[in-house]
Amino acid sequence: MRAVCWEGTETIQVETVPDPAILNPRDAIIKVTTTAICGSDLHIYDGYIPTMQKGDVLGHEFMGEVVDVGKENTRLKVGDRVVVPFTIACGRCFYCKEQLWSLCDNSNPNAWMAEKLYGYSASGLFGYSHMYGGYPGGQAEYARVPFADIGPLKVPDSLTDEQVLFLSDIFPTGYMAAENCQIKPGDTVAVWGCGPVGQFAIKSAYLLGAERVIAIDRFAERLELACAQGGAETLNYEEIDVLDALRHMTGGQGPDACIDAVGLEAHGTSLDAWYDRAKTSTFMATDRPHALRQAINACRKGGTVSIPGVYGGWLDKFPLGAAFAKGLTLKMGQTHMHKYMPLLLERIERGDIDPSFIITHRIGLEDAPTMYRTFRDKHDACIKVVMKPGVATPRSHRTVFSAAVTHT
Amino acid sequence: MGRWPDVFNHARPDSTRSPLSGDRGIHVRESMRLEVPIGDVYRFWRRLENLPQVMTHLDRVVEGTDGRSHWSVSGPAGLAVEWDAEIINELENKVLAWRSLPGSDVVTAGSVNFDAVRGGRSTQVSVHLQYAPPAGKAGALVASLFGREPSQTIREDLRRVKQLLEAGEISRATAIA
Repeated sequence: MRAVCWEGTETIQVETVPDPAILNPRDAIIKVTTTAICGSDLHIYDGYIPTMQKGDVLGHEFMGEVVDVGKENTRLKVGDRVVVPFTIACGRCFYCKEQLWSLCDNSNPNAWMAEKLYGYSASGLFGYSHMYGGYPGGQAEYARVPFADIGPLKVPDSLTDEQVLFLSDIFPTGYMAAENCQIKPGDTVAVWGCGPVGQFAIKSAYLLGAERVIAIDRFAERLELACAQGGAETLNYEEIDVLDALRHMTGGQGPDACIDAVGLEAHGTSLDAWYDRAKTSTFMATDRPHALRQAINACRKGGTVSIPGVYGGWLDKFPLGAAFAKGLTLKMGQTHMHKYMPLLLERIERGDIDPSFIITHRIGLEDAPTMYRTFRDKHDACIKVVMKPGVATPRSHRTVFSAAVTHT
Repeated sequence: MGRWPDVFNHARPDSTRSPLSGDRGIHVRESMRLEVPIGDVYRFWRRLENLPQVMTHLDRVVEGTDGRSHWSVSGPAGLAVEWDAEIINELENKVLAWRSLPGSDVVTAGSVNFDAVRGGRSTQVSVHLQYAPPAGKAGALVASLFGREPSQTIREDLRRVKQLLEAGEISRATAIA
């Protein structure tokens, strides 16, 4: 089959690799119909994620049709149309039972690697380095899904792939980020980063009862989307002092909750941002937590800082003093996907949200290498890329696939 | 840890007592919690022939009569180590202890304790393994079996026990692993 493979920092190739096979009784094999590039794939692209190996198949946002099931998997049938959560969970360990699905004990065959770094290992992930299990990802024609009697969510034919695909990661991730803010009526939530997760965090904050959402970014098209689709007030951090603006907008109190939807590769214009760039580029630090520092400083006393953005290592100049002095609550971690997917599918079916609003680029799988670069560099107003295996890239990226396919 | 039964205090001179007593021999201690009823965990372990499924360094265990069993491992370059062992302590859902018999390639003894924890919802398995590294080829093999970090090897074994009993299968990302 054809698959998007990592061959080194900034080197992505579409290669022919062996088809996946059933390895365990609870497995399923999915024929991928639609997959996406995630912002967190860019951390791999840029070489920030350790324990990647040449030839690793990328991708953790995918959906498709079940083409084979293991002998213990009685819940899925060949032909079922499913969305696959990016975290792999057994459903039976202590953490799964506690609804902390992304912390599953049993899904990472390389748990020892993560234990060396973090003390204990979280769940395995698709296409996200050997420390997280070394599972081949879903930017491919086929994917093997472990514990498929628990993870994949069946979706109704009345919804298109593009409406349900983002149940695989970014919609639940944005939603959990907002839920972690413990929003009360009247609350103001500030969101750093208007990429896909930020966009879903904005929408979710309103769904959960926020009165105001303030979105922070530097790219006009992302701020426009946050305003037009999300209904957020927007701040461009290259044009104004964010801390000052947030203080003024909230009567000197600060936002009730702050969401860092940026993560370890933050950009910024302040002194500490340049310090981070210098240190990470000389390998003296692993992460650039500029957005997180600002979120902590901006947050009102007793408020919550929610972190869906990915961090991987040791943070430098982390303002724990500010977090302590203001009695902040910090909530973070990979999304407990299995808990949120059915709930959010209902939201989509009810028409509360149509997640396809974030898609800007539609391509065939073969064009993945160029699109990784476009997405990383935020060229061509790129916000979200979806890919279809075995389909040619439409003449216009904004064309929906169904139309494009009939023309080719 | 359970007490060693009395038989140990009157052991034969070539038994496990002398090479493993005090601080002699190599001691490995590891424990793991499972969301599985204590009886299920005990039954799995008590059937020693199950162990090669989760302990990748073991080739085969054959259970005989009178609590005796034959253990075999094969290593690189055709090296093989075999030993006979006997169960010396057995309390259902509580403890299982064994030692190698005289004349074995390896002098080893060990115990597993089974405890109900978290208000009886979880089971904790605690392994205490002792072995005296033999000389010569067998010694090299035993060393390679347990690696540079024997406790890590035992931890991986326990993780596979947990995966098999909790999730029903041992997680793997590729066919080779």
